[in-house]
Amino acid sequence: MARRVKLILQAAAVLVVASLVALLGWQVARQEEGRGLAAAVERGERPLAPQLEFETLEDDGTIRLSDYRGKAVVLNFWASWCEPCKKEAPLLQETWERYRDDGLVVLGIDAQDFRTDAREFVERYGLTYPIAYDGNGASLGRFGNTGFPETWFMGRDGRLVGEHIIGEFDRQQLEENVRAALGTTR
Amino acid sequence: MRRLSLLLVVALLAAACGGGDDETPTLAELEKKFICPTCQTTLELSNAPVADRMRAFIRERIAAGDSESEISAALVAQFGEGVLAAPPKEGFNLLAWVLPLAGGAVAIGALGVALRRWSRTRAEPGTAAPSANGRPPLDPELERRLDEELARFDG
Repeated sequence: MARRVKLILQAAAVLVVASLVALLGWQVARQEEGRGLAAAVERGERPLAPQLEFETLEDDGTIRLSDYRGKAVVLNFWASWCEPCKKEAPLLQETWERYRDDGLVVLGIDAQDFRTDAREFVERYGLTYPIAYDGNGASLGRFGNTGFPETWFMGRDGRLVGEHIIGEFDRQQLEENVRAALGTTR
Repeated sequence: MRRLSLLLVVALLAAACGGGDDETPTLAELEKKFICPTCQTTLELSNAPVADRMRAFIRERIAAGDSESEISAALVAQFGEGVLAAPPKEGFNLLAWVLPLAGGAVAIGALGVALRRWSRTRAEPGTAAPSANGRPPLDPELERRLDEELARFDG
């Protein structure tokens, strides 16, 4: 009887340790996924964008990246407290207005931010493109982002294309990458 | 002894599960309890823009008379549970508080049992017949096998 109890306790201990190791492995794999994405884009490869789902900033629905298959997408990670993001916002709005009929979507992903601050920001800069809200910043790690702003470009086939821009972009850089995304086929 | 151990475990669990102070907190107190999401340090150690904004938010809420738990709930609603420097003492997160204490209690208990057994064997050396040379007696099974071997040589 005592031996049986001992065996059960040993099995339980092994199970607990194995679960903790598996959890650690899963966490590391997710972090590596993001880092790998940035490295692949830098090598000129076209990895599939992570399949993420967000709340809308207005909290009236969800936005899935997979919803944009067939469209070229500018993925701009921003926050209302980020100074360079304030300079990028008008340029993103202008780009959205100019290319939306060609099949371009600008998707702002507001992360690690107060929802109310973000709404004020959107109103102040007159942004009409879709804005997703990621309060705890879970999506940042999936892309391997390390700060704000960061911008990615997704082709019509759901694969990343062009540059991964860390920090503020300029007009020409945005234009070139938008054209590269629009040039992809589904 | 057993009752004392039980009381100790109950006291430790009660301390871990005890509710927070819901009187009006100070900014200095709360800065230690929340994490800046961009730099992953407590607010008191961070000068990141988002940490400044969080401090301003906390100041506003304190001025409005919110309790610590209300401010905490508001920050968690915006940034998720990762904004808390320590996991909340409820639901699944309670395990993070209880498991180390339970583990410590089990370790202390196991050590106590082991020490008790050890001291009992030391205190009762006369349970087996003492050997002629004063050394501890042989295991009976070993002694039987030894006798068998010696008998084979003698035979």
